[in-house]
Amino acid sequence: MALKTETMVLNMGPQHPSTHGVLRLELEIEGELIVNVKPHLGYLHRCFEKHAEAMQYNQVIPYTDRMDYLASMGNNFGYVLAVEKLLGIQVPERVEYIRVIMAELQRIASHCVALGTNGADIGALTPFLYLFRDREYILSIIEETCGARMLYNYMWVGGLSHDIHPNFVRRTKEFTSYFKNTIVELDNLLTYNKIFIERTANIGVLPAETAINYGATGPMLRGSGIKFDLRKDDTYSIYNRFDFDIPVGQGLQGTVGDSWDRYYVRVREMEQSLRIIEQAIDQIPEGDVHSAIPKRIKPPKGTVYSRVENPRGELGYFIISDGNTNPFRVKVRAPSFVNLEILGELCKGHLIADVIAILGSIDIVLGEVDR
Amino acid sequence: MKTAEEIFEILKNELGEIILSIDKDTPTEPIISVEPLKIHIVSKFLRDNSELQFDSLMCLSGVDDANGKKVKDNEGYDVIEGGTLSVYYHLYSTVLKHKITLKVSAPREDAKVESVENVWKCADWHEREAYDMIGIKFLNHPDLRRILMPYDWEENSHPLRKDFKVPEFYQGMKIPY
Amino acid sequence: MGLLDKEFSDGNIVVANVEDLLNWARLSSVWQLGFGLACCAIEMMATSASHYDFDRFGLIPRNTPRQADAIIISGTVTLKMAIRIKRLYEQIPDPKYIISMGSCANSGGPYWEHGYHVLKGVDRIIPVDVYVPGCPPRPEALLEGLLKLQEKIRNESLRKKL
Ligand code: SF4
Repeated sequence: MALKTETMVLNMGPQHPSTHGVLRLELEIEGELIVNVKPHLGYLHRCFEKHAEAMQYNQVIPYTDRMDYLASMGNNFGYVLAVEKLLGIQVPERVEYIRVIMAELQRIASHCVALGTNGADIGALTPFLYLFRDREYILSIIEETCGARMLYNYMWVGGLSHDIHPNFVRRTKEFTSYFKNTIVELDNLLTYNKIFIERTANIGVLPAETAINYGATGPMLRGSGIKFDLRKDDTYSIYNRFDFDIPVGQGLQGTVGDSWDRYYVRVREMEQSLRIIEQAIDQIPEGDVHSAIPKRIKPPKGTVYSRVENPRGELGYFIISDGNTNPFRVKVRAPSFVNLEILGELCKGHLIADVIAILGSIDIVLGEVDR
Repeated sequence: MKTAEEIFEILKNELGEIILSIDKDTPTEPIISVEPLKIHIVSKFLRDNSELQFDSLMCLSGVDDANGKKVKDNEGYDVIEGGTLSVYYHLYSTVLKHKITLKVSAPREDAKVESVENVWKCADWHEREAYDMIGIKFLNHPDLRRILMPYDWEENSHPLRKDFKVPEFYQGMKIPY
Repeated sequence: MGLLDKEFSDGNIVVANVEDLLNWARLSSVWQLGFGLACCAIEMMATSASHYDFDRFGLIPRNTPRQADAIIISGTVTLKMAIRIKRLYEQIPDPKYIISMGSCANSGGPYWEHGYHVLKGVDRIIPVDVYVPGCPPRPEALLEGLLKLQEKIRNESLRKKL
């Protein structure tokens, strides 16, 4: 006669060192095995959309910074592109180049945190320290130009808040050649580390169709083997001028779409970002970064949905304008919000300890999940 | 790859009455309006038709249109009566690489829209958010609860409505500055 | 006025009053409850990672409130989270200290006006010892805040908490 068992509910978070902020998970477990995971959100709901309605178009930019605070440049980028589309502004070449370089630098910085914490969560603390060291390098380059370490308010509608610092080009070049060593170091330390592979390969496998149906984007989707990157597939700004590859998960250590693949895609993506920066940094044309900034932002009536490839995936802004100086409605399609939804599917049948590995490989930023 | 007009033609021919109109005046993207209680049929068709193949829902946004009458309630606050609440669907086909925007509008007092959760799984949380923020009820949604606001937040108080009034206290904590 | 001033010549015996000894012990190992709230948490992480290195000042993150001496409220406190923070605070054994990091925790920060779900200052629910201004405060500012807290502990007396 089979023994009748009961499942047990275990609460994880909102104060938990590995939930990347204030996420609360309700785990339904049978022994050590996960039966179901229910995420509870909203512990960092900061009312972005209400603020956007109450502010003028340019005043919203600092609030976009604070959504995905690991990739503020990307958030600024998406928002200003959306408003520019609504206004029909063409920005100067110089601005485009600087924006792309900044966004790619930020992508590397953001992946540094993502990979570092993914490792640290499952016990590899050293790569975390190495990656934070190099993140500081990027932050100091950006700080020289924008004056802030994390939340920049750098990209404005039609231009930039400042021109780049005279040292910027030199230091960025130094950084790109320096950072290549870090990637090699990271590969040796963590990527091909036996323990790390044991913990992540074949864990949390996400099949391609499920990924699309759940709307997963960014490294989540590419980890499942789908070559889809908005920078190439729905190109914006000047990304079509650069030559770069889209790394995808190939199941090198296990199944396609497992946690290791998602990790691996991020590492390879940093290399591609370096490639873009190297191509762009030599071509920055002369020009005035302020020339296209409108005096008063008052777009015509209409709606726009514009999306960019943020480090975490597709960041979409849906803006409705009613012809006023304030947006009527701004809805953000935050990549982490959508990616997090799959967590329950991914965790089923795994052990409790694997939840941490899977969550780390999804790479969420709670500021963006809750907005 | 198809334009919004072509997609509208296909829809109109196949589904007829359900598809209401296409709004092309918007400067950036045309919007196709659909019956709110039939949106799941349209969605299924859009996903499964081999010419369209909209396999991914990019975004689902609830919007308070605020097109009703402004009246004062008995405490002197502005409230909106009548008018509509809308939901916008932004769809994308990863195979054919085309996009489309759908819109449904439902009356403000009793906004009911069919859920598309069983067509695109990612609609689940988006719909919960729209319910939480705007107060649109999604019929046949498996788990329609608040998602961002606390579960014990006041009933019928939806923060992104234009006439939302910030409560004075929540669990003994003062909210206004 | 460190303890070591009163060291005897051979270095084996130190004379101090109990108060100084306790305060010295407390201030040199302020164990912090390791949890982050929002953007400021990233700066807090940066402060504890390489480059700024919190450990130098005896600050080590602990994962449970029952082993902690201090919380750094690093970010926006929402209404939903406020209840949890209060509970965490109550779980910390005395003596306990709070550093409120960033404008959000101080006063609501950028969300002070339209933030219907933001608590305008963590001091509405728990007592705060040190406020660190900034949005986000630089790691140096957080370190300064920590030094201020240590100064405060150093001057504490057994009879009453400052
Ligand atoms: S003070 Fe600024 S940086 Fe800190 S949590 Fe608030 S918004 Fe974020």
